[in-house]
Amino acid sequence: MQRSPVRDLVVGIFVLIGLGAIAYLSISVGGVTYNGPRGFHVRAGFDEIGGLKARAPVVISGVKVGQVASIGLDDRYRARVDLDLDPSVKIPTDTTASIVTAGLLGDRYISLQLGGDDQFLKPGEEISFTESAVILERMIGKLVHNADLPKEEQRKPE
Amino acid sequence: MRRTIQDLGYLAVRFVADLGRLGVFTLGVLRALFTPPVRFRLFVDELFKLGVLSLIIIGVSGLAVGMVLSLQGYNTLVRFGAEQSLGAVVGLALIRELGPVLTALLATGRAGSATAAEIGTMVATEQLDGLRMMSVDPMDLVVTPKAVAMVAVMPLLAAIFIVSGLFGGYLVGVKLMGVDPGAYMSSLESAVDFHDDVLVSLLKAVVFGVLVGLIATYRGFSSAPTSAGVSSATTSTVVVASVSILIVDYFITALWGV
Repeated sequence: MQRSPVRDLVVGIFVLIGLGAIAYLSISVGGVTYNGPRGFHVRAGFDEIGGLKARAPVVISGVKVGQVASIGLDDRYRARVDLDLDPSVKIPTDTTASIVTAGLLGDRYISLQLGGDDQFLKPGEEISFTESAVILERMIGKLVHNADLPKEEQRKPE
Repeated sequence: MRRTIQDLGYLAVRFVADLGRLGVFTLGVLRALFTPPVRFRLFVDELFKLGVLSLIIIGVSGLAVGMVLSLQGYNTLVRFGAEQSLGAVVGLALIRELGPVLTALLATGRAGSATAAEIGTMVATEQLDGLRMMSVDPMDLVVTPKAVAMVAVMPLLAAIFIVSGLFGGYLVGVKLMGVDPGAYMSSLESAVDFHDDVLVSLLKAVVFGVLVGLIATYRGFSSAPTSAGVSSATTSTVVVASVSILIVDYFITALWGV
Protein backbone atom coordinates (compact mmCIF):
# COMPACT_ATOMS: atom_id res chain seq x y z
CA MET A 1 0.00 0.00 0.00
CA GLN A 2 1.50 3.27 -1.10
CA ARG A 3 1.24 6.59 0.66
CA SER A 4 -1.28 8.83 -0.95
CA PRO A 5 -0.88 12.35 0.40
CA VAL A 6 -4.31 13.65 -0.59
CA ARG A 7 -6.21 10.78 0.96
CA ASP A 8 -4.11 10.93 4.12
CA LEU A 9 -4.82 14.64 4.38
CA VAL A 10 -8.57 14.02 4.00
CA VAL A 11 -8.51 11.31 6.66
CA GLY A 12 -6.56 13.63 8.95
CA ILE A 13 -9.11 16.39 8.46
CA PHE A 14 -11.93 13.91 9.16
CA VAL A 15 -10.31 12.79 12.42
CA LEU A 16 -9.76 16.42 13.46
CA ILE A 17 -13.40 17.30 12.73
CA GLY A 18 -14.56 14.30 14.75
CA LEU A 19 -12.31 15.10 17.69
CA GLY A 20 -13.39 18.74 17.46
CA ALA A 21 -17.03 17.66 17.68
CA ILE A 22 -16.27 15.50 20.73
CA ALA A 23 -14.37 18.38 22.33
CA TYR A 24 -17.23 20.79 21.66
CA LEU A 25 -19.75 18.36 23.19
CA SER A 26 -17.55 17.77 26.23
CA ILE A 27 -16.30 21.26 26.97
CA SER A 28 -18.94 23.66 25.76
CA VAL A 29 -22.12 21.59 25.99
CA GLY A 30 -21.09 19.04 28.61
CA GLY A 31 -19.38 21.58 30.85
CA VAL A 32 -16.06 19.92 31.62
CA THR A 33 -14.03 22.63 33.30
CA TYR A 34 -10.44 22.71 34.34
CA ASN A 35 -10.53 23.57 38.02
CA GLY A 36 -8.03 26.30 37.45
CA PRO A 37 -7.38 29.24 39.76
CA ARG A 38 -9.79 31.50 37.86
CA GLY A 39 -12.98 30.25 39.55
CA PHE A 40 -14.03 32.30 42.61
CA HIS A 41 -15.85 30.08 45.11
CA VAL A 42 -18.28 31.23 47.78
CA ARG A 43 -20.68 29.21 49.88
CA ALA A 44 -24.30 29.75 50.77
CA GLY A 45 -26.56 27.84 53.16
CA PHE A 46 -30.26 27.24 52.46
CA ASP A 47 -33.10 25.60 54.40
CA GLU A 48 -34.67 24.28 51.21
CA ILE A 49 -33.15 24.14 47.75
CA GLY A 50 -36.12 22.63 45.90
CA GLY A 51 -34.90 21.17 42.64
CA LEU A 52 -31.63 23.09 42.38
CA LYS A 53 -28.96 21.06 40.60
CA ALA A 54 -25.22 21.33 40.17
CA ARG A 55 -24.30 23.49 37.12
CA ALA A 56 -27.43 25.61 37.56
CA PRO A 57 -26.69 29.23 36.60
CA VAL A 58 -26.00 32.00 39.11
CA VAL A 59 -27.26 35.38 37.92
CA ILE A 60 -27.09 39.01 38.96
CA SER A 61 -29.96 41.08 37.49
CA GLY A 62 -30.58 38.23 35.06
CA VAL A 63 -27.01 38.13 33.75
CA LYS A 64 -25.17 34.86 34.23
CA VAL A 65 -22.04 35.31 36.38
CA GLY A 66 -21.31 31.73 37.41
CA GLN A 67 -22.76 28.36 38.24
CA VAL A 68 -23.48 26.01 41.12
CA ALA A 69 -20.33 23.94 41.64
CA SER A 70 -21.64 21.44 44.18
CA ILE A 71 -24.45 20.83 46.63
CA GLY A 72 -24.14 19.07 49.98
CA LEU A 73 -25.30 19.07 53.58
CA ASP A 74 -23.44 20.94 56.30
CA ASP A 75 -23.07 19.62 59.87
CA ARG A 76 -26.39 21.15 60.92
CA TYR A 77 -28.18 19.41 58.03
CA ARG A 78 -28.80 22.57 56.05
CA ALA A 79 -28.14 22.57 52.34
CA ARG A 80 -24.68 23.93 51.58
CA VAL A 81 -24.34 25.21 48.02
CA ASP A 82 -20.94 25.97 46.55
CA LEU A 83 -21.01 28.74 43.93
CA ASP A 84 -18.37 29.11 41.23
CA LEU A 85 -18.38 32.78 40.20
CA ASP A 86 -16.60 34.91 37.66
CA PRO A 87 -13.67 36.45 39.58
CA SER A 88 -14.22 39.86 38.00
CA VAL A 89 -17.51 40.19 39.90
CA LYS A 90 -17.14 41.68 43.39
CA ILE A 91 -19.78 40.52 45.87
CA PRO A 92 -20.50 42.77 48.89
CA THR A 93 -20.77 40.95 52.22
CA ASP A 94 -24.44 41.83 52.69
CA THR A 95 -25.52 40.22 49.40
CA THR A 96 -28.65 38.04 49.39
CA ALA A 97 -28.70 34.74 47.48
CA SER A 98 -32.14 33.43 46.57
CA ILE A 99 -33.26 30.34 44.72
CA VAL A 100 -35.76 31.22 42.01
CA THR A 101 -37.56 29.40 39.23
CA ALA A 102 -37.45 30.22 35.53
CA GLY A 103 -41.11 30.50 34.58
CA LEU A 104 -43.80 28.56 36.40
CA LEU A 105 -42.29 25.08 36.11
CA GLY A 106 -38.82 25.84 34.80
CA ASP A 107 -35.41 25.04 36.21
CA ARG A 108 -34.16 26.47 39.48
CA TYR A 109 -31.30 28.91 39.50
CA ILE A 110 -29.66 31.26 42.01
CA SER A 111 -30.15 34.99 41.84
CA LEU A 112 -27.86 37.34 43.78
CA GLN A 113 -29.16 40.70 45.02
CA LEU A 114 -26.08 42.77 45.73
CA GLY A 115 -25.91 44.70 48.97
CA GLY A 116 -24.35 48.09 49.56
CA ASP A 117 -21.49 47.14 51.84
CA ASP A 118 -17.94 48.40 51.21
CA GLN A 119 -16.53 45.04 52.25
CA PHE A 120 -16.38 42.34 49.58
CA LEU A 121 -16.56 38.58 50.06
CA LYS A 122 -13.26 36.71 49.79
CA PRO A 123 -13.01 33.27 48.14
CA GLY A 124 -14.38 30.53 50.40
CA GLU A 125 -16.50 32.86 52.51
CA GLU A 126 -20.20 32.39 53.04
CA ILE A 127 -23.12 34.49 51.84
CA SER A 128 -25.10 34.90 55.07
CA PHE A 129 -28.42 36.22 53.74
CA THR A 130 -30.26 33.55 51.78
CA GLU A 131 -33.78 32.99 50.59
CA SER A 132 -34.88 29.37 50.14
CA ALA A 133 -36.71 27.89 47.21
CA VAL A 134 -40.46 28.22 47.11
CA ILE A 135 -42.08 24.83 46.76
CA LEU A 136 -45.17 25.28 44.62
CA GLU A 137 -46.95 22.21 45.99
CA ARG A 138 -46.58 23.42 49.57
CA MET A 139 -47.89 26.86 48.63
CA ILE A 140 -50.90 25.30 46.94
CA GLY A 141 -51.39 23.03 49.94
CA LYS A 142 -51.41 26.00 52.29
CA LEU A 143 -53.74 27.91 49.98
CA VAL A 144 -56.22 25.05 49.80
CA HIS A 145 -56.00 24.60 53.56
CA ASN A 146 -56.64 28.29 54.19
CA ALA A 147 -59.44 28.43 51.67
CA ASP A 148 -61.15 25.52 53.39
CA LEU A 149 -61.05 27.04 56.87
CA PRO A 150 -63.59 29.85 56.50
CA LYS A 151 -66.17 27.50 55.00
CA GLU A 152 -65.98 25.22 58.01
CA GLU A 153 -66.25 28.20 60.31
CA GLN A 154 -69.25 29.36 58.34
CA ARG A 155 -70.90 25.99 58.63
CA LYS A 156 -70.41 25.70 62.38
CA PRO A 157 -72.90 28.38 63.43
CA GLU A 158 -75.64 26.93 61.25
CA MET B 1 -44.69 -32.90 16.46
CA ARG B 2 -41.35 -34.57 16.93
CA ARG B 3 -40.18 -33.01 13.71
CA THR B 4 -41.07 -29.50 14.95
CA ILE B 5 -39.15 -29.99 18.18
CA GLN B 6 -36.20 -31.31 16.19
CA ASP B 7 -36.28 -28.20 14.00
CA LEU B 8 -36.36 -26.02 17.09
CA GLY B 9 -33.40 -27.86 18.56
CA TYR B 10 -31.50 -27.53 15.29
CA LEU B 11 -32.13 -23.78 15.26
CA ALA B 12 -30.92 -23.43 18.84
CA VAL B 13 -27.77 -25.46 18.15
CA ARG B 14 -27.05 -23.45 15.02
CA PHE B 15 -27.52 -20.19 16.91
CA VAL B 16 -25.15 -21.20 19.70
CA ALA B 17 -22.60 -22.55 17.21
CA ASP B 18 -22.78 -19.27 15.29
CA LEU B 19 -22.19 -17.31 18.51
CA GLY B 20 -19.23 -19.55 19.32
CA ARG B 21 -17.71 -19.01 15.88
CA LEU B 22 -18.19 -15.27 16.29
CA GLY B 23 -16.36 -15.51 19.64
CA VAL B 24 -13.44 -17.39 18.05
CA PHE B 25 -13.44 -14.86 15.22
CA THR B 26 -13.28 -12.01 17.77
CA LEU B 27 -10.28 -13.63 19.44
CA GLY B 28 -8.65 -13.94 16.01
CA VAL B 29 -9.17 -10.21 15.39
CA LEU B 30 -7.71 -9.34 18.79
CA ARG B 31 -4.69 -11.59 18.21
CA ALA B 32 -4.09 -10.10 14.77
CA LEU B 33 -4.39 -6.63 16.31
CA PHE B 34 -1.76 -7.22 18.97
CA THR B 35 0.78 -9.25 16.97
CA PRO B 36 3.59 -7.44 15.14
CA PRO B 37 2.80 -6.58 11.56
CA VAL B 38 0.87 -3.43 12.38
CA ARG B 39 -1.14 -2.54 9.29
CA PHE B 40 -1.32 1.16 9.99
CA ARG B 41 -1.55 2.16 6.35
CA LEU B 42 -4.44 -0.24 5.74
CA PHE B 43 -6.11 1.13 8.85
CA VAL B 44 -5.90 4.69 7.47
CA ASP B 45 -7.26 3.38 4.18
CA GLU B 46 -10.27 1.95 6.00
CA LEU B 47 -10.72 5.16 8.00
CA PHE B 48 -11.11 6.87 4.65
CA LYS B 49 -13.60 4.34 3.29
CA LEU B 50 -15.69 3.92 6.43
CA GLY B 51 -15.36 7.40 7.90
CA VAL B 52 -14.76 10.09 5.33
CA LEU B 53 -17.13 8.58 2.78
CA SER B 54 -19.88 8.42 5.45
CA LEU B 55 -19.46 12.08 6.39
CA ILE B 56 -22.09 13.45 4.04
CA ILE B 57 -24.83 10.98 4.95
CA ILE B 58 -24.07 11.48 8.67
CA GLY B 59 -24.00 15.27 8.46
CA VAL B 60 -27.17 15.58 6.39
CA SER B 61 -29.08 13.06 8.50
CA GLY B 62 -27.97 14.76 11.71
CA LEU B 63 -29.08 18.14 10.43
CA ALA B 64 -32.49 16.78 9.38
CA VAL B 65 -33.03 14.90 12.64
CA GLY B 66 -32.10 17.96 14.71
CA MET B 67 -34.42 20.17 12.68
CA VAL B 68 -37.42 17.87 12.98
CA LEU B 69 -36.76 17.29 16.70
CA SER B 70 -36.71 21.02 17.25
CA LEU B 71 -39.93 21.52 15.29
CA GLN B 72 -41.78 18.72 17.10
CA GLY B 73 -40.37 19.71 20.46
CA TYR B 74 -41.33 23.34 19.98
CA ASN B 75 -44.92 22.50 19.05
CA THR B 76 -45.31 20.35 22.16
CA LEU B 77 -43.44 22.60 24.58
CA VAL B 78 -45.18 25.81 23.51
CA ARG B 79 -48.47 24.43 24.84
CA PHE B 80 -46.99 24.41 28.32
CA GLY B 81 -45.19 27.69 27.85
CA ALA B 82 -41.91 25.81 28.22
CA GLU B 83 -40.32 26.59 24.85
CA GLN B 84 -37.36 28.00 26.79
CA SER B 85 -36.22 24.43 27.41
CA LEU B 86 -36.20 23.50 23.72
CA GLY B 87 -32.40 23.32 23.78
CA ALA B 88 -32.48 20.77 26.60
CA VAL B 89 -35.03 18.60 24.77
CA VAL B 90 -33.11 18.58 21.48
CA GLY B 91 -29.71 18.21 23.16
CA LEU B 92 -30.61 15.39 25.53
CA ALA B 93 -32.50 13.42 22.87
CA LEU B 94 -29.63 13.76 20.40
CA ILE B 95 -26.78 13.11 22.80
CA ARG B 96 -28.27 10.30 24.83
CA GLU B 97 -30.10 8.27 22.21
CA LEU B 98 -30.50 9.46 18.66
CA GLY B 99 -26.89 10.42 18.01
CA PRO B 100 -25.16 7.11 18.72
CA VAL B 101 -28.06 4.86 17.64
CA LEU B 102 -28.90 6.54 14.34
CA THR B 103 -25.20 6.94 13.51
CA ALA B 104 -24.66 3.24 14.11
CA LEU B 105 -27.69 2.30 12.00
CA LEU B 106 -26.59 4.61 9.17
CA ALA B 107 -23.02 3.33 9.37
CA THR B 108 -24.34 -0.24 9.23
CA GLY B 109 -26.24 0.54 6.06
CA ARG B 110 -23.50 2.61 4.49
CA ALA B 111 -20.22 1.04 5.65
CA GLY B 112 -21.13 -2.29 7.27
CA SER B 113 -22.88 -3.67 4.22
CA ALA B 114 -20.03 -2.52 1.97
CA THR B 115 -17.49 -4.22 4.23
CA ALA B 116 -19.43 -7.50 4.26
CA ALA B 117 -19.87 -7.40 0.48
CA GLU B 118 -16.18 -6.67 -0.07
CA ILE B 119 -14.95 -9.51 2.12
CA GLY B 120 -17.69 -11.82 0.77
CA THR B 121 -16.56 -11.15 -2.80
CA MET B 122 -12.97 -11.87 -1.76
CA VAL B 123 -14.17 -15.22 -0.41
CA ALA B 124 -16.18 -15.97 -3.56
CA THR B 125 -13.31 -15.13 -5.90
CA GLU B 126 -10.85 -17.12 -3.74
CA GLN B 127 -8.69 -14.09 -3.02
CA LEU B 128 -8.51 -15.03 0.66
CA ASP B 129 -7.33 -18.54 -0.33
CA GLY B 130 -4.72 -16.86 -2.52
CA LEU B 131 -3.50 -14.90 0.51
CA ARG B 132 -3.33 -18.08 2.59
CA MET B 133 -1.31 -19.71 -0.21
CA MET B 134 1.24 -16.92 0.20
CA SER B 135 1.05 -17.57 3.96
CA VAL B 136 -0.45 -14.14 4.59
CA ASP B 137 -3.12 -14.30 7.27
CA PRO B 138 -6.31 -12.75 5.84
CA MET B 139 -7.40 -11.95 9.40
CA ASP B 140 -4.38 -9.70 9.67
CA LEU B 141 -4.46 -8.13 6.23
CA VAL B 142 -8.18 -7.89 5.45
CA VAL B 143 -10.37 -8.31 8.52
CA THR B 144 -8.64 -6.55 11.39
CA PRO B 145 -8.05 -3.14 9.76
CA LYS B 146 -11.71 -2.97 8.78
CA ALA B 147 -13.05 -4.04 12.19
CA VAL B 148 -10.72 -1.72 14.13
CA ALA B 149 -11.39 1.21 11.79
CA MET B 150 -15.13 0.77 12.40
CA VAL B 151 -14.56 1.04 16.17
CA ALA B 152 -12.40 4.14 15.74
CA VAL B 153 -14.76 5.83 13.31
CA MET B 154 -18.04 5.36 15.18
CA PRO B 155 -17.55 7.85 18.06
CA LEU B 156 -16.21 10.46 15.63
CA LEU B 157 -19.21 10.04 13.34
CA ALA B 158 -21.62 10.08 16.29
CA ALA B 159 -20.11 13.33 17.58
CA ILE B 160 -20.36 14.90 14.12
CA PHE B 161 -23.97 13.70 13.87
CA ILE B 162 -24.83 15.23 17.25
CA VAL B 163 -23.15 18.56 16.55
CA SER B 164 -24.87 18.92 13.17
CA GLY B 165 -28.14 17.92 14.87
CA LEU B 166 -27.67 20.62 17.52
CA PHE B 167 -26.98 23.10 14.74
CA GLY B 168 -30.14 22.03 12.88
CA GLY B 169 -32.16 22.31 16.07
CA TYR B 170 -30.75 25.77 16.67
CA LEU B 171 -31.63 26.86 13.13
CA VAL B 172 -35.27 25.79 13.41
CA GLY B 173 -35.77 26.74 17.05
CA VAL B 174 -34.10 30.14 17.00
CA LYS B 175 -34.28 31.36 13.41
CA LEU B 176 -37.64 29.87 12.44
CA MET B 177 -39.62 29.60 15.66
CA GLY B 178 -38.12 32.59 17.42
CA VAL B 179 -36.88 30.98 20.62
CA ASP B 180 -34.37 33.25 22.33
CA PRO B 181 -30.85 32.12 21.29
CA GLY B 182 -29.49 32.61 24.80
CA ALA B 183 -32.30 30.55 26.30
CA TYR B 184 -31.73 27.78 23.76
CA MET B 185 -27.99 27.55 24.45
CA SER B 186 -28.23 27.96 28.22
CA SER B 187 -30.95 25.32 28.62
CA LEU B 188 -28.84 23.03 26.42
CA GLU B 189 -25.68 23.66 28.41
CA SER B 190 -27.24 23.39 31.85
CA ALA B 191 -29.20 20.21 31.01
CA VAL B 192 -26.33 18.25 29.46
CA ASP B 193 -23.84 16.74 31.85
CA PHE B 194 -20.43 15.51 30.69
CA HIS B 195 -20.37 12.34 32.76
CA ASP B 196 -24.02 11.27 32.53
CA ASP B 197 -24.71 12.25 28.95
CA VAL B 198 -21.66 12.87 26.76
CA LEU B 199 -19.53 10.05 28.15
CA VAL B 200 -22.38 7.51 27.95
CA SER B 201 -23.04 8.67 24.39
CA LEU B 202 -19.42 8.06 23.37
CA LEU B 203 -19.40 4.71 25.18
CA LYS B 204 -22.48 3.67 23.23
CA ALA B 205 -20.86 4.71 19.97
CA VAL B 206 -17.73 2.67 20.72
CA VAL B 207 -19.77 -0.42 21.67
CA PHE B 208 -21.87 -0.07 18.51
CA GLY B 209 -18.65 0.28 16.51
CA VAL B 210 -17.40 -3.01 17.94
CA LEU B 211 -20.73 -4.68 17.14
CA VAL B 212 -20.96 -3.43 13.56
CA GLY B 213 -17.28 -4.02 12.85
CA LEU B 214 -17.32 -7.60 14.09
CA ILE B 215 -20.67 -8.57 12.59
CA ALA B 216 -19.88 -7.10 9.17
CA THR B 217 -16.45 -8.69 8.88
CA TYR B 218 -17.62 -12.02 10.34
CA ARG B 219 -20.60 -12.27 8.00
CA GLY B 220 -18.42 -11.46 5.00
CA PHE B 221 -15.64 -13.81 6.11
CA SER B 222 -17.96 -16.76 6.69
CA SER B 223 -20.16 -16.23 3.63
CA ALA B 224 -20.71 -19.01 1.11
CA PRO B 225 -18.34 -18.59 -1.89
CA THR B 226 -21.18 -17.83 -4.33
CA SER B 227 -22.93 -14.67 -5.46
CA ALA B 228 -25.96 -15.70 -3.40
CA GLY B 229 -23.61 -16.07 -0.43
CA VAL B 230 -22.35 -12.51 -0.85
CA SER B 231 -25.85 -11.13 -1.02
CA SER B 232 -27.04 -13.07 2.03
CA ALA B 233 -23.93 -11.95 3.97
CA THR B 234 -24.76 -8.32 3.17
CA THR B 235 -28.41 -8.73 4.12
CA SER B 236 -27.72 -10.55 7.36
CA THR B 237 -25.08 -7.95 8.31
CA VAL B 238 -27.63 -5.15 8.09
CA VAL B 239 -30.37 -7.12 9.85
CA VAL B 240 -28.30 -8.62 12.66
CA ALA B 241 -26.26 -5.47 13.30
CA SER B 242 -29.34 -3.20 13.38
CA VAL B 243 -31.25 -5.44 15.77
CA SER B 244 -28.27 -5.95 18.08
CA ILE B 245 -27.58 -2.19 18.13
CA LEU B 246 -31.12 -1.49 19.32
CA ILE B 247 -31.08 -4.27 21.93
CA VAL B 248 -27.63 -3.41 23.28
CA ASP B 249 -28.67 0.26 23.41
CA TYR B 250 -31.44 -0.64 25.83
CA PHE B 251 -29.05 -2.49 28.13
CA ILE B 252 -26.39 0.26 28.13
CA THR B 253 -29.07 2.83 28.93
CA ALA B 254 -30.49 0.63 31.70
CA LEU B 255 -27.06 0.01 33.25
CA TRP B 256 -25.50 3.46 32.91
CA GLY B 257 -28.10 6.01 32.01
CA VAL B 258 -30.94 7.75 33.77
